[in-house]
Amino acid sequence: MDDATFQLIDRAVNDQPQSTVTVLSSLLAVEDAIGYIPTEAVEAVAVRMDATVNDVWAVATFYPNFRFDPPTDLRVEVCWGPSCHVMGATAVIAAAQEALGLSDEGDTLDGKATLRYNTCLGACAHAPVMAINHHLAGRITPDSARSRIASALATAPAH
Amino acid sequence: MTAPTESPFDAILAEARRRWEDLTAGDRPWIRVGTGLAGEAAGGFEVVAAVKATLEQQQVTANVSEVGTLGLCFAEPLLDVQTPNGPRVFYGQVTPELAERIVREHVAGGNPLPENAIGYLGEPAQAPVGITNLQDHPMMALQQRIALRNAGNIDPSDLYQYIANGGYSALSKALTEMSPEDTLGEVRTSGLRGRGGAAFPAGIKWGFLAGNPDPNKYILCNCEEGDPGAFNDRGILESDPATVVEGITIAGYACNANRGYIFIRYGHNQPIDRTRAVIRQAYELGLLGQNILGTDFSFDVEVALTGDSYVSGEETALMEAIEGKRSMPRYRPPFPAQVGVFGKPSNINNVKTLAYVPEIVARGGQWFAGIGTPPDPDNRINGSSGTAILCLSGDITYTGLIEVPLGMTLRQVLFDMAGGVPNGKSMKLLQTGGPLGGVLSASDANLDLVLDFDVFRAAGAILGSGGIIVADEDTCVVDLTRNLIAFCQYESCGKCFPCRMGMSHLLEVLERISNLEGTEEDLALMRNIGENMQAGSLCGHGQLGFNPVSSALRYFGHEFDAHIREKRHTGDCPDQVFSPRLTRR
Ligand SMILES: Cc1cc2nc3c(=O)[nH]c(=O)nc-3n(C[C@H](O)[C@H](O)[C@H](O)COP(=O)(O)O)c2cc1C
Ligand code: SF4
Ligand code: FES
Ligand code: FES
Repeated sequence: MDDATFQLIDRAVNDQPQSTVTVLSSLLAVEDAIGYIPTEAVEAVAVRMDATVNDVWAVATFYPNFRFDPPTDLRVEVCWGPSCHVMGATAVIAAAQEALGLSDEGDTLDGKATLRYNTCLGACAHAPVMAINHHLAGRITPDSARSRIASALATAPAH
Repeated sequence: MTAPTESPFDAILAEARRRWEDLTAGDRPWIRVGTGLAGEAAGGFEVVAAVKATLEQQQVTANVSEVGTLGLCFAEPLLDVQTPNGPRVFYGQVTPELAERIVREHVAGGNPLPENAIGYLGEPAQAPVGITNLQDHPMMALQQRIALRNAGNIDPSDLYQYIANGGYSALSKALTEMSPEDTLGEVRTSGLRGRGGAAFPAGIKWGFLAGNPDPNKYILCNCEEGDPGAFNDRGILESDPATVVEGITIAGYACNANRGYIFIRYGHNQPIDRTRAVIRQAYELGLLGQNILGTDFSFDVEVALTGDSYVSGEETALMEAIEGKRSMPRYRPPFPAQVGVFGKPSNINNVKTLAYVPEIVARGGQWFAGIGTPPDPDNRINGSSGTAILCLSGDITYTGLIEVPLGMTLRQVLFDMAGGVPNGKSMKLLQTGGPLGGVLSASDANLDLVLDFDVFRAAGAILGSGGIIVADEDTCVVDLTRNLIAFCQYESCGKCFPCRMGMSHLLEVLERISNLEGTEEDLALMRNIGENMQAGSLCGHGQLGFNPVSSALRYFGHEFDAHIREKRHTGDCPDQVFSPRLTRR
């Protein structure tokens, strides 16, 4: 781990703006800063919270927000909640998988992109909904999912 | 002139009014763009960028605000232009190109675009030529907006705008004219029932906490809102978070509590950022913190975040999450009013419940009690006062967020207001109250149900948090049921095995049935699993988790029969049906 990343972790864990600081708030702060939870962050949170490393892992593994290796450059989320399901999410998800060459959630083989399922992205009134790097897009069709992903892939830096 | 008796609130109010006057009647037009979650999904931020770029290019000065949602989500991105002292002219489904034209022709040129406008709000005498009153739109006409009174109208991040529109007069009134007992009394009188799902009377719950003499007590506001299809809690916090911050402060006063948390899911940035912004301003103005408005009442509020976990919306799991742990429900007793978050007595309410409180205190409990449905003890109806804040999505002409008096029928909401199912299709079913609420067929009898917590319960459905997902005739019930159970399975926290294993087993059986491999025994098997889940689960997730299956069998048993007995699909489900098989690691 490089120094810069370590410093980001240190700052995220030790300079939280709100007054109630917990294991979970610290992990979310790290996720926000660097997009994943490396072992060093688990240790930093344990020290800050006077908890055991096991306590911290217990929380980190419970919430599906956290990933434990560096994130890819492109995060594609597709909603499978019932509003989106009724409006055709099944076909959108299939199109997103196809566009990324995946058969399920996860990272692409070239490490450029990640597909995540989401239970509700909160814009149900514009179902089906997807998000690309946390930016919501609604009324998605299989075609628009494919083209949004293709153009995002084209602009994502190569590895 | 400053009168010697002027209270600290009068000075704040005067400043707020001065600013509002400047915004609405000053020398600049005011442009508001919907940038709630639905606004974002429709491209609202791109519209804001186009507006700002065009203003600069045209060298026109105007105030531009990112507002929450007016509730007409189907028309997002929604943009409105208010010229000084004039009406607001609304444009729907605005693209960046249309935004540019609106700025050039309407804002800079003074000529509204009737062919693109969806309506105006303001004095009918000022109606722009060729533009109808938005208040006459079916989605607006039958609304009674209490909790949503400011949504889409004010900049949600600017506390002064909330105050200029009547905000904080209720807290000021409570602190200066009413005792904590009087304040609690108004909430009792109002008959306000919790809007988080269980519809428990808020006044009674507050009474449990008020009666506890501990000097450290908490009020928790639940905006976990994991129910897919529900977006009203986030809608309130992204559109008018100050009403919730004022509401939780009043609850603190009524219960003699000293701290509050507003609990929101990580990643929902508009609600989080806007709530934090008004909390910061409330501290600056002395509306939070030590000695609020110069009285001896002190109260602190902060936002707490949770990770993705549906069950963290359950009240005791939420306390675990605020403490930073895995959000798994606790055993009760002890109840939260004795031992809550950080071991201290706590009261927990939903966002909507607290959002009503300022208006209840300002106008009196009797006023609120007069809205909605009266009690009918013979039919075990306790009465549901106030409004329903509904989220309409799915196969419905007008999707969005509306607030209507309880007592209205589903038919009025879905047909008179929301325009029914588009494309000439018929309405097949409704999914209400979150996945645990199951499905309700769109039969004549069900469409005549009135919005009332107990009427819905008697019909086997949950009004709950107010999410209504509409499905048309093309929707396959077997597939939808499997989707709902896949959600319940994915979200089981795993603490008790009847829920953890029962949900997985139900999902397996439903997959078998939708692959035409189900057997006659499968229906009995599912019922058996459901009974065990109900009897042996700690929290509502497992106890109610069979609802999606039982309600689907009740109304659409024949579709299951066709799959099992006749090995025949009843819809056109794709072969490779997506079904997440995720569990928590
Ligand atoms: C599995 C589960 C999930 C829940 N999720 C929420 C939620 O997201 N928001 C909410 O306000 N209440 C939720 N509740 C209900 C809360 O436990 C609690 O009853 C409610 O927040 C109380 O607020 P009220 O009295 O204002 O209704 C959930 C309950 C269960 C069993
Ligand atoms: S019923 Fe389910 S969600 Fe609730 S505590 Fe038990 S396992 Fe967790
Ligand atoms: S169900 Fe997909 S955004 Fe809510
Ligand atoms: S599973 Fe949908 S028609 Fe058979």
